[in-house]
Amino acid sequence: MPYDSIVLVKQVPDTANITAEAMKEDGTVNRAALPTIFNPEDLNALETALEVRDAYGGTVTAVTMGPPKAADVLRACLFRGADRGILLTDRRAAASDTLATSYILSQAVKTVGRFDIVFCGRQAIDGDTAQVGPQCAEKLGIPQITYLEQLVSLDGPMVRIRRNIGHGWEVVEGRLPVLVTVIGSANKPRPPAARRVMRFKRAKVMAELAAEAKADKPGAPDDEVQAEAQRRAAAVKEKGLLIEQWNLDDIGADLERCGLAGSPTKVFRVQSIVLTKEGYTEVVATEDGVRQMIHELVIDRTLG
Amino acid sequence: MGNFFLDNQDIQFLFNTMDLKALARIQELDAENGDADYVPIDDEDTVDNYRRVLEIAGQVAGETIAPNAEQVDEEGNQLNDNGTVTLHPLVQQNLDRMTQADLMGFTLPRKYGGLNCPNLIYTMATEIVSRADGSFMNMFGLQGIAETVNAFASQEIKDEVLPRFAHGEVTGAMVLTEPDAGSDLQAVRLRAYQDEKGNWYLNGVKRFITNGCGEILLTLARSEPEISDGRGLSLFISERSEKVRVRHLEHKLGIHGSPTCELVFEDTPARLIGERQRGLITYVLALMNGARVGIAAQSLGIAEAAYRLARIYAHTRQQFGVPIERLPAVAEMVTDMQVAIEAARALTYETSRICDHENNNLRILEWSKSLDKDEEKQRKQQSRVYKRINGMMTPMSKYYASEMACWVANTAIQVLGGSGYMKDYAAERYLRDSRITTIYEGTSQLQVVAAVRGVTSGAFENYVAEHERAQYEDPLLDELKQKLVEARKRILEAVQFVKSKPTSYLDLSGRRLVDSAITVIVGHLFLGQARASERKARVARRYIESQLAVLRMNCEQIHAGDTSPLEEYELLAGPVPSND
Repeated sequence: MPYDSIVLVKQVPDTANITAEAMKEDGTVNRAALPTIFNPEDLNALETALEVRDAYGGTVTAVTMGPPKAADVLRACLFRGADRGILLTDRRAAASDTLATSYILSQAVKTVGRFDIVFCGRQAIDGDTAQVGPQCAEKLGIPQITYLEQLVSLDGPMVRIRRNIGHGWEVVEGRLPVLVTVIGSANKPRPPAARRVMRFKRAKVMAELAAEAKADKPGAPDDEVQAEAQRRAAAVKEKGLLIEQWNLDDIGADLERCGLAGSPTKVFRVQSIVLTKEGYTEVVATEDGVRQMIHELVIDRTLG
Repeated sequence: MGNFFLDNQDIQFLFNTMDLKALARIQELDAENGDADYVPIDDEDTVDNYRRVLEIAGQVAGETIAPNAEQVDEEGNQLNDNGTVTLHPLVQQNLDRMTQADLMGFTLPRKYGGLNCPNLIYTMATEIVSRADGSFMNMFGLQGIAETVNAFASQEIKDEVLPRFAHGEVTGAMVLTEPDAGSDLQAVRLRAYQDEKGNWYLNGVKRFITNGCGEILLTLARSEPEISDGRGLSLFISERSEKVRVRHLEHKLGIHGSPTCELVFEDTPARLIGERQRGLITYVLALMNGARVGIAAQSLGIAEAAYRLARIYAHTRQQFGVPIERLPAVAEMVTDMQVAIEAARALTYETSRICDHENNNLRILEWSKSLDKDEEKQRKQQSRVYKRINGMMTPMSKYYASEMACWVANTAIQVLGGSGYMKDYAAERYLRDSRITTIYEGTSQLQVVAAVRGVTSGAFENYVAEHERAQYEDPLLDELKQKLVEARKRILEAVQFVKSKPTSYLDLSGRRLVDSAITVIVGHLFLGQARASERKARVARRYIESQLAVLRMNCEQIHAGDTSPLEEYELLAGPVPSND
């Protein structure tokens, strides 16, 4: 039977190429100073969703929240085979922490409507919290299966998943609909498909078309720019290349739960920790050796 | 492992400086592409598509094919008892990735699901893929088979077969060689016969068939038993079935990922491609021309991989208290490797570009309904000019790039020293993989025979004359150009001398003439590149100065008129050794 999947994806700063300007004074990420990439484990989530569709049929819808530029990751999803992309963009959603973000995303998922599985990457490389996926599941009131390493089987409404639990794995079974978070070792994401790239490289969201119209008509009055943007959107839409753009009103979000207002997280202090290596101690692999090590760790207050 | 397109400065440079817009324009003109939803809107958009396609190829090459290469080389493919072949799982994975990336219909028209890329872009992609794994080129690089079907088969066959190629459902093989018909394909014996209803069947044995286990076989067979030469041969297409078995998989020095099959045809159903009797003289010759550029690209890729390994090693390996790249002998090996690769790349890409112009002119002449008389005349004349240049440049590229690859791979081992000889490094694999390139799709010696005709009959002069008209403001470039003009005169004097001798002396002098002509052609191409890059001016100087010395030596040797390898063969070669 076919399954409809929603994949929650995120555009993140490329933390592998980080510079001194990566963080602002207030401890939040300075996105403007960093090149952006598709969050790596979200690509694994997308791949899992596409594999489900390849095997059973159905649809894959990619949803992202971010500034208009985040449409990049939606295009990247379309290049790889996603059927539909939705950008959630709204200035009122700025500065959302994981609680507010998961609320907004869960509202978006509800607005998409019917789904069998929501796939998320385990965590994003900017915040590394791994909280948004599980929090979404809670707010949607559906079961969650985290750390997917392999989708073992899908049979009617039942899914079996092998989870990586750090020191080993376990296979769990759940009933759809379900939210799943996917880890990097689950698969090798497929490359973009050339024919789809040639087509969907011109897929745009309304905000991008508006910005382009404004750039092409410098000094023109707002309503003229607006009309031009609408005209362009109609042309793009006719070719099936208009990526949907939603705001908080479109998903019926309670504004008190979005953005700064809905984010109880406060950054208390930012510390740059440099790990220095000061030699090493060899621990003898015996009961006594381990006891001795625990003792030393308690003494220097690493433990306890 | 990165992206093998984005990390390659020279390919990027050529992509940005060769006139791709002009190429895009002629490639898209009357392209009969149907109403595919991925049609570009203008030249710029088309070139942007080319760039994106190469980025995808670079990504698959770097992320999938390269990491798989070592294990594929060690384990190879597997022959089954029932006459089928199971590809190594990682070779299959490479193919699956290429299919997912939509790269298996690279040059086919869009109406069949292809990308309608020109040959030049395909050549770049082939190089990129070959750098990851030389042997995988023999899967990816077989798209000329689909092109041949597109160029010569009936509409019915095209509609049936080409979408399957473009969607990666099938791979193909060109089934030419037989135990007694290698370089001399006129000797092909495999029989094609018709039943009373007119259906064709094939009977016989083919050997050394690259990817002979593929689903679509293009087979050269004798349809006219009463005609014993090439005019008795036709080209047939057949599907993989139990009527054609793989009897043997060859154990080869290199390219282990590429299955080389011995095929047995037993009343295998087949369909005729195009017309009878044109199999070898028209279709296979066209197929071979494209395939030869493909081997040049494969050679470039293997050489690039070997060079990179040697460059890093020379930089990091310390001996005598310094990185070994500071030692003059090593520094020269490394720089000469890089210059040789850039030289072969300049020649091969230029050849591809000219091929594209020739092929597109022919295509437009054949298909376009709206040509006026003048344009028709002009295009006919252009395609004749391109054809003559190609007839020389294609074998030159194949010959030069493949010999270069063997030398570079060999030199890479030398740079790595004892480590290079060990299996711990990929250097030995690159040497083994490179070795086939001077042999298949026509040996170097046969490429020289084909190329030397152009050198002695005007194509070389005409092509170079255009470059000699170029003006360089930079005194260094102008001086180098003058030297190339002198060198051209020297070559033509040698040609005159050769022509005054019996024809066997032309065969004896062929390599020296072709080597000299390549030096002049590549020299001019480098000068052109130097307009856009200060570094390329230095590359041009190094190449021209060092190669002109070789050119003078070759010409001097030609004028010496020595024919002793022919006349004193028994004496010089010594007696035939006994077999025991």
